[in-house]
Amino acid sequence: MSETAREGRITITDAAIRLGQRGAAFDVIEDVSLTIPGRQFVCLLGPSGCGKSTLLGALAGHLALSRGRVAVDGKPVDGPHPERGIVFQQHTLFPWKSVVDNVAFGLKMKGIATAERLAQARDYLALVGLDAFADRYPAELSGGMQQRVEIARVLINQPRVLLMDEPFGALDAQTRQTMQELLLDVWARLPTTVLFVTHDIDEALFLADRVLVMSPRPGRILDDFPVPFDRPRHRDLVVDPSFARLKHHCLDLLRPRRKTHPLPRLTPLGLPPQTASGIPA
Amino acid sequence: MSASAIDASGAVLDRDTKVARARSWAWDRLPLGRIALRAAALAASLVIWHLLASSRLDLGLVTFRNVPTPAEAARAAWALLHSPKLAAHLGASLARVLAGFLAAFAVGVGLGLAIGRSRLARDLLLPPLEVLRPIPAVAWIPLAILMFPSSELSMAFITFTGALFPILLNTVHGVEAVNSRLVAAARSLGAGNGAILREVILPGAAPSIITGAAIGMGTAWFCLVTAEMISGQYGIGYFTWESYTLQNYDDIVVGMLLIGLLGMGSSLLVRRLGALATPWTGAGAKR
Repeated sequence: MSETAREGRITITDAAIRLGQRGAAFDVIEDVSLTIPGRQFVCLLGPSGCGKSTLLGALAGHLALSRGRVAVDGKPVDGPHPERGIVFQQHTLFPWKSVVDNVAFGLKMKGIATAERLAQARDYLALVGLDAFADRYPAELSGGMQQRVEIARVLINQPRVLLMDEPFGALDAQTRQTMQELLLDVWARLPTTVLFVTHDIDEALFLADRVLVMSPRPGRILDDFPVPFDRPRHRDLVVDPSFARLKHHCLDLLRPRRKTHPLPRLTPLGLPPQTASGIPA
Repeated sequence: MSASAIDASGAVLDRDTKVARARSWAWDRLPLGRIALRAAALAASLVIWHLLASSRLDLGLVTFRNVPTPAEAARAAWALLHSPKLAAHLGASLARVLAGFLAAFAVGVGLGLAIGRSRLARDLLLPPLEVLRPIPAVAWIPLAILMFPSSELSMAFITFTGALFPILLNTVHGVEAVNSRLVAAARSLGAGNGAILREVILPGAAPSIITGAAIGMGTAWFCLVTAEMISGQYGIGYFTWESYTLQNYDDIVVGMLLIGLLGMGSSLLVRRLGALATPWTGAGAKR
């Protein structure tokens, strides 16, 4: 493999993903082709169960394509890798590690010495405003603070791409806004390509350089448009007439054509687990 | 997951009340009234025992004619306490239980991790283990004597069979209950299979392993009398059985109570050590 530039360019070519066992298998996404240049902030918008998280899972390397290929900086995705960091909606901090040890985990896996990795982890915690909570356990933090730790834990690996699966979906509205602003602030300082999955139109338009709208299952890209607002962005943007116009456009695209039952939410790890382990799907 | 206060304020969830409820079996956190109630229940048991034994009640199906009273048992206990043999009995039993338990812990956790993580290991190991599981300790005695050169080893083996399955099954359960998202997150952060086992699976299964170890410690004592039927001279279980053959009926009860106390104490010790090893489960953790 030739040395590639670290820009975080994502290319997806004719991708399709099938999930489920033999007879019950179904196509989650079909014929998805797109290119995301490095450093771009892209939101993937679509109804619940349309396969946007599945596509994210394929980019992270947790799910295999049934057809086509995905690559980052020309290198095909063949499994999970710290250069493709993923932030889930909830429940992925290690409950047995303190906050700072959670953030330092990626460096530990790279074999970096304890003192060095803890120092770096504290820097990244400061970046998300949590340096005062370094020695707490995750369960002692609120949901919003836990997501900040998640973000710091992924960013410490300096990923080429940051994959986010409805990361603020489980937060209350106010915390959610705070987190969106924090994410933009952090991203401005550590530019990396971001692919952000959401079903919240306001969130997508507030965050993204570009929005991809997906159809219900099997998911295809319905529309792909730039979001031209200046950065840094302010909360006032959401009441701007041009924001409203884009929002109308998205609402039209996402309006169900026919009466359909809402589909169960898929995860970047495939189908929700069937065992009654109490994990909300 | 419980809702949290606004996070900008840095509010920290207080789950102390939940933890207290989850541990309501533990005496040290109970209100005084309930401690008194529990103490009264113990005292009432003693009184009932005394009445049954002192009246030499004979119900036909069951008779208390040969059962010592609490006072007689206490006298026998006092005598044993001052006997030079006590240390030898205790030492022998502790060594056997500890050896059996530690071996069961190593084998149970090792096999449990393998079965929980690998489908091949599960298919290969689980069927024979399921056949062995219902075999009671006493049924192992003849084979244990034939298999092991020394009676000490065969006794440790009997306590091992008692402790193995609770530890094994709880380990398997704990490994399976580890959230697959945690494993996926670890992989995305650069963890290989070994690191996932060390950093994710083992700590994730630890609370369940500790529960299994505490139960296994109890069942190891459970099997001790059985095991010490093989013994030549020492051990609490041997002491109990010997008291029967020598018609020292008071000592039977002393032996039984001693086993009960030691079993309870060592299970408690395992739980305490386990709590020290898993500090995150105490500090308002949600698992």
